Amino acid sequence: MGDSAYSFSLTTFSRTGKLLQIEYALNAVANGRTALGICAQDGVVIATDKKLPSVLVDPEHVQKIEKITPKAGFCYAGVGPDYRVLVKRSRKSSQSYLSEYGEVQPVHQLVTDTASTMQEYTQRGGVRPFGISLLVAGLDSDGKPALFQVDPSGSYFGWNATAIGKNYVSAKNFLEKRWTEDMELEDAIHTALLTLREGFEGEMTAHNIELGIVKKDGEFQVLQPSQIQDYLDEAN
Amino acid sequence: MSVMTYNGAAIIAMAGKDCVGIAADRRLGVQLTTIATDFPKIFQMQPKLFVGLAGLGTDVQTLKNLLEFRMNLYKLKEERDMSPKVLSHMLGKILYSKRFGPYFVEPIVAGLDESNKPFLSTMDLIGATSEEKDFVVSGTCTGNMFGMCESLYKPNMEAEELFETLAQALLSSVDRDAVSGWGGIVHIITKEGVLTKELKGRQD
Repeated sequence: MGDSAYSFSLTTFSRTGKLLQIEYALNAVANGRTALGICAQDGVVIATDKKLPSVLVDPEHVQKIEKITPKAGFCYAGVGPDYRVLVKRSRKSSQSYLSEYGEVQPVHQLVTDTASTMQEYTQRGGVRPFGISLLVAGLDSDGKPALFQVDPSGSYFGWNATAIGKNYVSAKNFLEKRWTEDMELEDAIHTALLTLREGFEGEMTAHNIELGIVKKDGEFQVLQPSQIQDYLDEAN
Repeated sequence: MSVMTYNGAAIIAMAGKDCVGIAADRRLGVQLTTIATDFPKIFQMQPKLFVGLAGLGTDVQTLKNLLEFRMNLYKLKEERDMSPKVLSHMLGKILYSKRFGPYFVEPIVAGLDESNKPFLSTMDLIGATSEEKDFVVSGTCTGNMFGMCESLYKPNMEAEELFETLAQALLSSVDRDAVSGWGGIVHIITKEGVLTKELKGRQD
């Protein structure tokens, strides 16, 4: 990667001062399936639409929400294969941190590290930006829950609640009305499901969505379909 | 001629009740010649975190600078202090990274963690770390220091008594070692702050 004859950057400035490759990458993100996250007082939840192109696709082998450290996980909207590369890289990098300092990497450090990689791919020779926006849910060094978004440009934002991908505008409006500062994780999960359902095409079941949570003092976990079903039943 | 005894050093750290103490001699020699009697071997890395470095003088100074470099970057990035455990772990990794051309230092880490609990650790020159609850020693007269500590130490000493014990253990140990001594320095760290005292011992 990068040791070809392309020692010049493929992402170059336009006359108006834009990096068009990044804009186009953001378009790829906006076409991706919706992902959203909500940060509560005692934890964070991230959720995504896992709608598969055909009933013949086995949903067991599609995983969109991934654990990166015991205290943080990723979700994305955009180009799946690009996501897998980032997940692999971020996992390795956070293991190096653990090896170096004997402590789990705090979510903020994970975010800046990942964002740094994504920025690199907008400047290094011979590569293109990642076609994904990430949602990172995790616990910081003081144990407080946090939700971050990382864009193809390498910009990152801390959010109380946000959505990316298709329908992100209406999803964010929905979230804006429902997020409160004293929200608890259980409420947040409930709200996340409602928000996801708003823009869902067809019927939302425990098998065509994914949910990931991290509780304060807990570990990041991707919920099993049976656990999701319990929440869906409550919501109905 | 051993590279670890070329300059001479004696460092002891002890844990007390909600406090730690760390003490070192002050001599820098070139084999049998004494060059300085105020050579620092204990460094305050943070308000309640001290590192003692025993061994070859140049490596003591270089490693101290390297540690400071790493700590400063960590503090800027993470916006928090480095805990003693993390510093100890990192130091072990730094030493091992030079496994086949090591720093000739055997460090001691002493401090209070975030909940003001005492932390003590020591490691060999290639990073084999051991965390202890009572005392740790390093230098050219570890035999003497172990003997003194084992006899004089008792758990849960208050700051005043810890100081006396540390000082006596150090002074008696260095007196039977040709290359360490020429004065001593003791730091006692409590949650209120740090008390530092200089020791006047046999000037030989």
